[in-house]
Amino acid sequence: MAEINAKVMIVGGGPGGYVAAIRAGQLGLDVVLIEQGGREGGLGGTCLNVGCIPSKAIIHAADAVHQAHQQAERKSPFGLTVERPTLDFARTIEWKDGIVGRLTSGVAALLKRYKVKIVHGHATMVDGKTCRVDTDTGPETVRAEHVVLATGSEAASVPSLPFGGRIISSTEALSLPTVPARLVVVGAGYIGLELGTAFAKLGSKVTIVEAEDRILPAYDTELTRPVARRLRALGVEVLTGARAAGLSDSGEALRVSQQNAAAREIPADNILVATGRRARTAGLGLDRLDLTMNGAFVAIDERCATSMLNVWAVGDLTGEPMLAHRAMAQGAMVAEIIAGHRRVFDAVAIPAVCFTDPEIVTVGLSPDSARAAGHDVHVGTFPLAANGRALTLGAEDGFVRVTARADNHLVLGIAAVGAGVSELSAAFGLALEMGARLEDIAGTIHAHPTLGEAFHEASLRALGEALHI
Amino acid sequence: MGTRIIKMPDVGEGVAEAEIVEWHVTVGQSVLEDQVLAAVMTDKATVEIPSPVAGTVVALGGEVGTVLAVGSELVRLEIAGGGTEEIAATPPGARLSKAAHGVSESKERAAPESRAPGAHEPAARPAPRPSAEPVPLTPRPAIAKPVASPAVRRRARDAGVDLRQVRGSGPAGRIGHEDLEAFLRGSAAAASGGGKVANPAVETIKIVGLRRRIAQKMAESKRRIAHFSYVEEVDVTAVEELRATLNEQNKGTDRPRLTLMPFLMQALVRAIVDFPDVNALYDDEAETIERHGGVHIGIATQTPAGLMVPVVRHCEARSLWDCAAEVRRLAEAARQGTATRAELSGSTITLTSLGALGGIVSTPVINRPEVAIVGVNRQVVRPVWQGGQFVPRTMMNLSSSFDHRVIDGFVAASFVQRLKSLLEAPATLFIEA
Repeated sequence: MAEINAKVMIVGGGPGGYVAAIRAGQLGLDVVLIEQGGREGGLGGTCLNVGCIPSKAIIHAADAVHQAHQQAERKSPFGLTVERPTLDFARTIEWKDGIVGRLTSGVAALLKRYKVKIVHGHATMVDGKTCRVDTDTGPETVRAEHVVLATGSEAASVPSLPFGGRIISSTEALSLPTVPARLVVVGAGYIGLELGTAFAKLGSKVTIVEAEDRILPAYDTELTRPVARRLRALGVEVLTGARAAGLSDSGEALRVSQQNAAAREIPADNILVATGRRARTAGLGLDRLDLTMNGAFVAIDERCATSMLNVWAVGDLTGEPMLAHRAMAQGAMVAEIIAGHRRVFDAVAIPAVCFTDPEIVTVGLSPDSARAAGHDVHVGTFPLAANGRALTLGAEDGFVRVTARADNHLVLGIAAVGAGVSELSAAFGLALEMGARLEDIAGTIHAHPTLGEAFHEASLRALGEALHI
Repeated sequence: MGTRIIKMPDVGEGVAEAEIVEWHVTVGQSVLEDQVLAAVMTDKATVEIPSPVAGTVVALGGEVGTVLAVGSELVRLEIAGGGTEEIAATPPGARLSKAAHGVSESKERAAPESRAPGAHEPAARPAPRPSAEPVPLTPRPAIAKPVASPAVRRRARDAGVDLRQVRGSGPAGRIGHEDLEAFLRGSAAAASGGGKVANPAVETIKIVGLRRRIAQKMAESKRRIAHFSYVEEVDVTAVEELRATLNEQNKGTDRPRLTLMPFLMQALVRAIVDFPDVNALYDDEAETIERHGGVHIGIATQTPAGLMVPVVRHCEARSLWDCAAEVRRLAEAARQGTATRAELSGSTITLTSLGALGGIVSTPVINRPEVAIVGVNRQVVRPVWQGGQFVPRTMMNLSSSFDHRVIDGFVAASFVQRLKSLLEAPATLFIEA
């Protein structure tokens, strides 16, 4: 049995793991990265293979298809008419796979440049410094001074709806051979809504079943209202306060029970279960390590250190928010700590984006959570309906909202909803990290005509000085 | 006008890089042919680099302390006549001056870096910081997270500062770089009282040249070698009497005055016959031990520049007088800075003595890749219980360290016991077995 020794062993090649590997390589550390590959990923992990990137590709294609159909129905606001648009969905999937392939091979090239050794196979921890990897050519043992656990997460199933057949997770939803005629989505979180909206635009009859009383329960209603409006306009049926009870006897419909209403059966060609993701901790030998858990997640401190010396954990494995950019920041930080730098994870805020229609971006605190934290706040909201650029894009539903402390005007949180607002997350994040006050944003010239002006105006409005409303 | 680039010369013995330890010229200065431009130091010695031509210095290849690969640009000169020429400076017969201690060949062969021309202007020295009044540290209301940019946070982290302790002067109490600097200055000042004034001065001294070599060697030795130290008491009454007698006899002759050193060297030679393992070099990379027939004793010597270890070669072929003369000559050369590279390398075992400062015990650091070092402590006359009564005897401790990876404690102890018995009966030093 071959044995590989290294300074750093990274288990998992997703955003947390591969970034840790690149940064450690840049810092001259001897790194081995273990990636199991398979249906759920390969280098780049869920994000690149079956998550962020492919879903954005499908969403982009769905938008274009939807517009074309609107134009065919002579609903184009500026008078464009096309004749009977058709979609070769197999090519859509091929195009999406091409993008994924380019990005994953890019990751592989970067790892190679920084001399990261990649071992393909399933990892099983033997102890806190040793790992057995079952590769295609037999088992190998990897030993390292430092272990970085970055095994990520996987779609959680619902007991009444085990995956298989027409019951699918987001992974399968991104590689369907055809557009299903009838799609039921269980869970109105961001994954369910992003995919549900995309398939509605691609022509599916979409029904969304949510146990809570509203969509996107993690976001405040002010932000989710434009999304709910748009779902209605797209003909998506949203059942809130509804429970998915299992397949019908025929196996071709979903039984749904709702309070104050009779149980229903909703016929479905596919049922997408998107009720959440759970940390991937099983089958890795983690039970053999003395790791303190935080519920289903590996407990970490502000340095991403676990309860074992020189065993680190980054990314979804460590809990919410399960976001690729959080995992990347953690991975880079852990590499620097291993290289001897003093670092802690001290980000003021981690931006979160929903690529729904319209998009939602949040950074930092909402007005309610700021008040709950004991702050007296000023809130400034500026509607996109008063923003020139939004009107020229035909996307006037939405707004930018800035929340700041009343006493010293320090910005505590920024949120926006609207078409294309995801790109504003960079400006929002920078403002919070730099400790901007309302006056700093108000005093920054924002280019005209852009959506960013709405950020400027929202800050002015919080100061009582808005110009364009 | 043309440009002439003087490159770091190959100073020999497979040296791949050298450190600039002194500049004799500055940018803008005109130099004559053969005028010394710089002193550079290798693992072995310091070499002065003369200018091969007359010209004006345009740029220097780095600050003092910079390590340059052989072949990289050392000095750029503007000379009369056209064209650009690159030449390697020739160290004329390697004009050795201040030399460094060192015995091992450098195993690293740094690849010569190719550097863009013009990138060698010496970095501007930071202007001395104006002495600002320490900002009064008024406590701030507790905030969960101090407001500071990521760059400030990282700097604070690196400096070990908790930003919650720092007063932010920016809007909304934001902590800027200036606030952090003020805090770092302020934290160095202690409260003064009783007419005494705190001195907040902090002088940063760059560790360069010989001091840097010593630092690296010492750290490397301690990091790699499992030191085993052993202290034994030796009755040196007899050997001291012999030494006094010999010195008395030789008064007025040109024979050197004897110290204890040559006796110890003779004892080492004798003991090594029975314990050849301690006269060896351990290559821990290759995992081989090079056992030497010749006994080349390094003599740790304090010089104005720092510790050096000149080497008395082939002590097994030298008489007592010969050893004494050679130690004296080498120590003098080391102090004068005229010892050659050969005289400062190649030892197989080291002797160290702090003379009158010897103390009672020391823990000598092995001169890697050697495996043993013998340290000499102070002599003192003590009452010793002998034959039913106390008698005054001159006693001295030997503090020795061994590389426990390859020398077992039993062997080390036996070796020191052998030294002890040889020194306590000095006649045995001179009687062929």
